[in-house]
Amino acid sequence: MIMIETDKRKCLRCSACVGVCPHTALTLKEHGIECDKEKCVSCGLCKDFCPMGAISVVKE
Amino acid sequence: MIDKEYDVIIVGAGPSGSGAAVAIAKTGAKVLVLEKRQEIGTPKRCGEGLGLSTMKRMGIEKDDSWVRRKIIGFTAYAPDGKFVRHDYKNGPEGYIIERKVFDKHLAEKAVETGARVISRAEVTRLLKENGKVCGVEVEINNKKEEIKGKIVIAADGIESKIAREAGINTTLKLSDVIAGAQFEMANIDIDSDRIEMYFGNEMAPGGYVWIFPKGEHTANVGVGVRKPYAKNSAIEYLKDFIEKRPGLRKGSILEVNCGGVPVGGLMKDMVTDNFMVVGDAAHHVNPIHGGGIGEAWVGGVVAGEVAAEAIKANNTSKKFLKKYNKLWWEKRGKKMKKLIKFREVMESFSDEEFNWMVDYLKGEDLVEFTRSSGFIKLVKILSKKPSLMKHIRKLM
Repeated sequence: MIMIETDKRKCLRCSACVGVCPHTALTLKEHGIECDKEKCVSCGLCKDFCPMGAISVVKE
Repeated sequence: MIDKEYDVIIVGAGPSGSGAAVAIAKTGAKVLVLEKRQEIGTPKRCGEGLGLSTMKRMGIEKDDSWVRRKIIGFTAYAPDGKFVRHDYKNGPEGYIIERKVFDKHLAEKAVETGARVISRAEVTRLLKENGKVCGVEVEINNKKEEIKGKIVIAADGIESKIAREAGINTTLKLSDVIAGAQFEMANIDIDSDRIEMYFGNEMAPGGYVWIFPKGEHTANVGVGVRKPYAKNSAIEYLKDFIEKRPGLRKGSILEVNCGGVPVGGLMKDMVTDNFMVVGDAAHHVNPIHGGGIGEAWVGGVVAGEVAAEAIKANNTSKKFLKKYNKLWWEKRGKKMKKLIKFREVMESFSDEEFNWMVDYLKGEDLVEFTRSSGFIKLVKILSKKPSLMKHIRKLM
C-alpha cells in the first residue's frame, strides 16, 4: 500500500497540509500529523506543499 | 469549570476569533472561545508586520508590550539587484510586532468585553442535532465534554477542519496557497528601519523573500513560494537565500517557523445553519503581501456582529447568517477579488520583467499595489512595454 509519512524531525506541526488535503485525511495531533489510511488516496498534494519538506509518499 | 451552554462558541483564539468574540460579547451575549494550543499566539506562522492603517481599521492603539520595531519605509529588490526604496512621508507607517504578546492582547480585549477564553482546549468534533450544528465536543485536561452553542464560529486557521465537518468546503487548492518558511535571526546585518522584499523566480518562485526587522540586528527572515512555480520546499529556498549572503549566513537562529498562507480561494458562502467561518479558515488574507491579521480581525468582527444580531432575533438559520456573506463581500471581498487577479499577474512575471518594472516604479506605486487602487497604476506601467500587453489582458 502507498502511504503518506511525516518526518517528525522536520515537521513543525504548522498544519497547512491539513488545509490542502482534499480528502480530509490528515489531522494535527500532539505528536505530529496523523494520516487516516481509509481516506488517504496518496495523491501527494501534502508532500508537494509542505514548507519543511517533511512529508513523503512511501510504499508500505 | 466551563458552563454547558453558550450563545456562541468560537473555535480558535487568533485575531479572527478574538475579533468575533469582542463584537459578540459587546452585546451582552454569552461567548466562549476555545484555543487548541497551550499558549495563544504561538508558534507564530507570520512575518509579524502590522501597518498603521490596519491598526486603524481594527480600532486598536499601539501598545509597547507588543511593538518590537518602528518601520519608516521599505526596499523592494528585483532579481538583478536593482531596487525601489520608499520612505513614508508622514513618519512610520507600521510596526514589526511580537505575535505571541499581540494575540494575547487581543484575546484579553475579548475577555475584558465579557467573553470566556480557554486555552489547551481542543475541539474534537461538532455536535449536531437533526443534521444541524448545535455545539462542540471539546477535550480539556484529557477529558471530553459536550458544550452546546446556538452558533459555532470556526476560527481554526488554515487547517479549517471544523468548517469541513459542518459541510462547508474550505479545502485550499495548491494554486491558492503560499508555502512559507521563516527564521527569526539574531546577529545579522540588516536595514533595521525598513522592511526588505526580494523578488525573483529563482529566489522565491510565485512569492517573495522578506526581511522584517525586530531589532538592530534581529529580524524575521522568511520566504513564501507557490506551486507549481516552486520546485523545492520553502525551507530550501530560505536556506539558499541566507547561504548566499554573508551578512545573514553568520547569524543565529532564534526560532524556526513555517506555514501556509491562503492567498486565493475566496468563498461566496461562509455560513450554514448555526455556523460561520472566519479568518485564515475562510481564506481572509491580503493576496498581495500575505498579511492576515487585519483581514482576520475585520472579518471576525463582521461575522460577530451578524452572530450577535442572530442571537438577539433568536434566528440562527443559514438564511439569517447569510448577512455575513453579504456584508463581508461588500466591505472586503470585492477588493480582495481584484487583488487576487493582480497577484496572479505579478507572479507570472519573468525575471527580466521584474527587472524592467523596477526602472519604472516609484515607491508610492508599490504601496498602492497592496490596495485595490493599484490596479490602474499597474496597467499604466505595463502599457509602456508592448511585450507586457499580455499581462494587461489578464487583468481585464
